[in-house]
Amino acid sequence: MALSFEAILQVLLSGLLMGLIYALVASGLSLIFGLMDVVNFAHGEFLMVAMYLMFGLVTVTGLDPLLLWPVVTACLFLLGSGVYLGIIRYTMRAKTNRGMVQVFTTFGLGLILMGLAQSLLSPDYRSIGHTWISGKSVSVAGIYMPLPQLVGGVASVAAFVLIWLMITRTDFGKALEATREDAGAVALVGIDKNLIFTLGWGFGGALSGLAGSILATFFYIYPSVGSSFLLTAFVTVALGGFGSVYGALAAGIIIGLVEATTAVILTPALKSLGVFTVYLAVVVLRPRGLFGSS
Amino acid sequence: MDRALQASRSSFAERHIAEASARRRRQLVAVALFALVAACLPLFVTDVYTLNVVILTLMYLALSTGWNILGGYCGQISLGHAIYFGIGAYGTVLLYMMAGVVPWIGLLVSAALAAGLALALGYFCFRLAGHYYTIATIVIAEAALLLVLNWDWTGAALGLQLPFGPDSWATLQFGRTKVPYFYFVLALSLLAWLTAWIIEGARWGYWWRAVKDDAEAAGSLGVNIFYSKMGASAISAFFTAVGGAFYALFTSYIDPNSVFGFRISLLIALPAVLGGIGTLWGPAIGAVLLIPLGEVTRSYIGGSGSGADLVTYGALVVMVSLLRPEGLVSLLHLRKRTRGARP
Repeated sequence: MALSFEAILQVLLSGLLMGLIYALVASGLSLIFGLMDVVNFAHGEFLMVAMYLMFGLVTVTGLDPLLLWPVVTACLFLLGSGVYLGIIRYTMRAKTNRGMVQVFTTFGLGLILMGLAQSLLSPDYRSIGHTWISGKSVSVAGIYMPLPQLVGGVASVAAFVLIWLMITRTDFGKALEATREDAGAVALVGIDKNLIFTLGWGFGGALSGLAGSILATFFYIYPSVGSSFLLTAFVTVALGGFGSVYGALAAGIIIGLVEATTAVILTPALKSLGVFTVYLAVVVLRPRGLFGSS
Repeated sequence: MDRALQASRSSFAERHIAEASARRRRQLVAVALFALVAACLPLFVTDVYTLNVVILTLMYLALSTGWNILGGYCGQISLGHAIYFGIGAYGTVLLYMMAGVVPWIGLLVSAALAAGLALALGYFCFRLAGHYYTIATIVIAEAALLLVLNWDWTGAALGLQLPFGPDSWATLQFGRTKVPYFYFVLALSLLAWLTAWIIEGARWGYWWRAVKDDAEAAGSLGVNIFYSKMGASAISAFFTAVGGAFYALFTSYIDPNSVFGFRISLLIALPAVLGGIGTLWGPAIGAVLLIPLGEVTRSYIGGSGSGADLVTYGALVVMVSLLRPEGLVSLLHLRKRTRGARP
């Protein structure tokens, strides 16, 4: 198969854009894991909730999705912190099987959310029809970029810059880092561990809210949409190294590129296979992932 | 050392050992009684739907008991057991359809294949700790699903239909009545339970639990962590594949999503999680509660796809995880614990 230079560039670019969105989906998962060693198995369902929320808000208010990004992100912040305060906080007290308890609590929560979406909203596929950016594209030197994905990619980069600024420049970021290092010791210097965890879950939720807002403009919305993205997010986080938010960015881009190339070389139906293979190869050679600390 | 102290110590140890072996005998008697009562069930349950639910319950009981051998005793949480289930199902059906191998042999061959695969995968995956291992199992099962979905030789997404034959124990095909399947799966779950029972009392059973509780400490005491995990994984995969083969024969139609799908991995793990991870009776209690409940919500609240069963599973798991992290089986010990003196 002979591909022109433009075609190759085209494949790589669309892979890059999708990879940036995968990175954003994974960032919230990674943030929470880094903070408190909990893998949020309901993260995909957070994404699903965000997408439905966007769909509902667009339908009810008639506003453009772009204007509603902050609303959905804020709502998911509340969902994330609410889940911590209402459920996760109590799993931290388990005396036996704590790791398992946390896996299956978040997992069960995901099942509930998915089941509720199926029974209340029906398993139908929905999509947001006309928006300011949908159906448009930017063409630079013969390379075509769909506008929704481009805006999504830029928003993802912006989100990572904001996370970086938050972690390095604010008191909250310092407290977050300190709690991540030693949750027991921070209590001694007057940091409220519970508050940090609540905010951490809030930001984790907010990041999935932003990712869901982006995805809702160009992806189908259905009850199990979170599952496939969660799997990619897991792979991203494991590849980048659990808890490393920047690792998630790098891994997300790698996965986007691998996926796009596999789709061209094999068939689009098998695009995830390349991703799984790369993931397994990396994890076998480097169990902690590319940027994970031991 | 003081002789009196030594004597009292050894008598304490002896009493402990005697108590333990008495408990293990009681467990055998209990399971024999359960089996006897269960064996009479087809006499009373004539309704096809109910018998169907009973058979599925026993199947997940056997599967979850097998899962518990790796997940419970050895502490390796797999959410990808569907790969072994699928290999059992597809292996048996393909061997029968393509080579005319009778299901009894096909079932053993595919179960051995699954155990071999578990060893091969374990060789790579058991270097991963905790969540990393769990995620790897999900990804591997998902990759297998993708491959089978796109492989024409296995019928791809259309799946495989077992050719209809006369009712016979040789081919394990029964079109008219489901009762033989009931006895088959009852025997399978007894076998799985017995294996777990043997493991609980055997030396490697203690090794595995030591690996689960503290791998480093176990390693320093001379337990080979890697071989422990490998052994548990092979046994677990074997039972899972036999369960898959049974499922294929029982439904006589399989497609990738119904045997390799994540739902199967979930339904294999959940009974053990609900009933009590790493306990002898946990998977049984979990399966008896979960499977009928799931089937009933699915058929009465709405057809499949309505999500009611998912909400039920999810709510149960969240509640049990929060309120009874040791699983429902711990409710049985409540009475004893309050009665018995605790130092």
